[in-house]
Amino acid sequence: MAVSTRQTTNGEAKPVLREASWGQIIWRRFRKHRLAVTGLIVITVLYALAIFAPWVAPYDPTDIAPDRRLEKPSSAHPMGLDEVGRDVLSRVIWGARISMTIGFVAAGISLVVGVFLGAVAGYYGGGVDNAIMRVVDVLMSIPTFLLIIAIVAVVGPSITNVMIVIGLTYWSSYARVVRGTVLSLRSIDFVEAARAAGNSSLRIILKHVLPNCFAPVIVMATLNVAGSILLETSLSFLGFGVQPPDPSWGNILTTGRQYMRHAPHIALFPGLAISITVLAFNLLGDGLRDALDPRLNV
Amino acid sequence: MFLLLGVSVIVFGVIRLAPGDPVMVVAGLDALPETVEAIRKEWGFDLPVYMQYFRWLGRAVRLDFGQSLMTREKVSEMIVARLPATIKLNLVAYALALAVSIPMGIYAALRQYSLLDHLGTVVALVGVSMPGFWLGLILILYFALYLGWFPVFGIGTWKHYVLPSVALGASQAAGLMRMTRSSVLEAMNQDYIRTARAKGLAERIVVFKHMLKNASLPIVTIMGMRLAYLLSGSFIIETIFAWPGIGRLAINCLYSRDYFVVQGTVLLTAVVIVFANLIVDVTYCFLDPRIRYQ
Repeated sequence: MAVSTRQTTNGEAKPVLREASWGQIIWRRFRKHRLAVTGLIVITVLYALAIFAPWVAPYDPTDIAPDRRLEKPSSAHPMGLDEVGRDVLSRVIWGARISMTIGFVAAGISLVVGVFLGAVAGYYGGGVDNAIMRVVDVLMSIPTFLLIIAIVAVVGPSITNVMIVIGLTYWSSYARVVRGTVLSLRSIDFVEAARAAGNSSLRIILKHVLPNCFAPVIVMATLNVAGSILLETSLSFLGFGVQPPDPSWGNILTTGRQYMRHAPHIALFPGLAISITVLAFNLLGDGLRDALDPRLNV
Repeated sequence: MFLLLGVSVIVFGVIRLAPGDPVMVVAGLDALPETVEAIRKEWGFDLPVYMQYFRWLGRAVRLDFGQSLMTREKVSEMIVARLPATIKLNLVAYALALAVSIPMGIYAALRQYSLLDHLGTVVALVGVSMPGFWLGLILILYFALYLGWFPVFGIGTWKHYVLPSVALGASQAAGLMRMTRSSVLEAMNQDYIRTARAKGLAERIVVFKHMLKNASLPIVTIMGMRLAYLLSGSFIIETIFAWPGIGRLAINCLYSRDYFVVQGTVLLTAVVIVFANLIVDVTYCFLDPRIRYQ
């Protein structure tokens, strides 16, 4: 610890005395990326807000006060009141809960599906590979945003549906990257050795091949969370996502849009929340990319 | 070709197989059973789904996407009527994005760590992170409602184009700038650049002939991809600005569950994206002779 604290002043790492693990090297490189650390802190705070929403939010997000509708921001209500007199700050905090959960779960679904299919395609090759990669090609050339709206519109807009639909549409880039890595590793010595030692295919994929995709996949996942949050808010904004009275950053914006002229604060703050969150994830993703592998380009 | 077929299956399947009976959209919820049956026959909804698909596909290749369930207008005519508005808006936004991002990206890379580079990087990061529809609302709030410089929505004079195309192009410009910067930086550190400098070429020639030409390949790829994003973005931006294009058409028809119109617009957009990628691939051959010989 003493060694690593001294290195920051001139930006150059001092020779490390003892052998550092891979994780420590990454962490050290990551820490120097000030913006990325800021991103990480912001994300942590936002998730804390989301998790502890019931205790953090100053008011009940569904409590209405019809006589004080569209009230401007004040010290009692820092973000003002909305069209039926609900506290916008409380709604934004509760909205964080929904929006960030959706972002996280949707990205998680994409990651699992994409990594699984990519690994299968790369490892088995042949017809399986061909079939999976054609689906990837198709998915990549469809205007996904519209596709997602269309699906959500027909399966019915709900939080669960939004998560599943976003998750199942964005796995293609994971599949591509993982397949590429698996293909290039399939006949490399250590994999051959593992096979010769009698390991099962599943074990070889999980233990010997997949860890090599860790760097690009984790970076993609970070950026994917940002993308999923943006998508969810766009969906909710158009009315195909989270349905009122459940607060989501997107649907608060929708109501805000109708009162732009007299109460711009309703639209301003949830949009700010989206931008800050997405920015934080983008910063984190950039930092991770630089820390994990400076030459990585995803 | 296979790609387009796959796209058409997904577009059709997703929209048709989902719950909700399109016949009800035409007939209304309180229609008599006999009326419902008659409509089902008339529109061909009594056929098995795969038959419906082939019928639809057969017509779609002849650019006939069927009729609107609501107004009985021909979908192809509805699209043709609104296509010019969308094309114009997207072209302006795309041109704006390219005109800002590419020079900025190149400049930022050539003067790495300069004030303008830092500024550009921050602006680009914020631009990528801001949802386009929110930017649109902010622009409306400030420039249309507060300052009154531009109209709030609609189409007409050049002033109508300013806000929607900025809202639409901003995030594309930001993404393109980041990509341009990193590609040029990458090309800058190659050996052949050092060689070019070492043999005493003018800096101008080094930058334009050696550096930018080599950096252009990834930039062109991203340009193609960004076009797809742009089109997707215009669905939501058109809705905000009440722009009479196919984006707003598609969203409105989604609200009213007018299936054929949605299918038609999504398919059309997909075709455009596939062709954009094709053009990118062809451009590669011009930019990089090595690809041509393979």
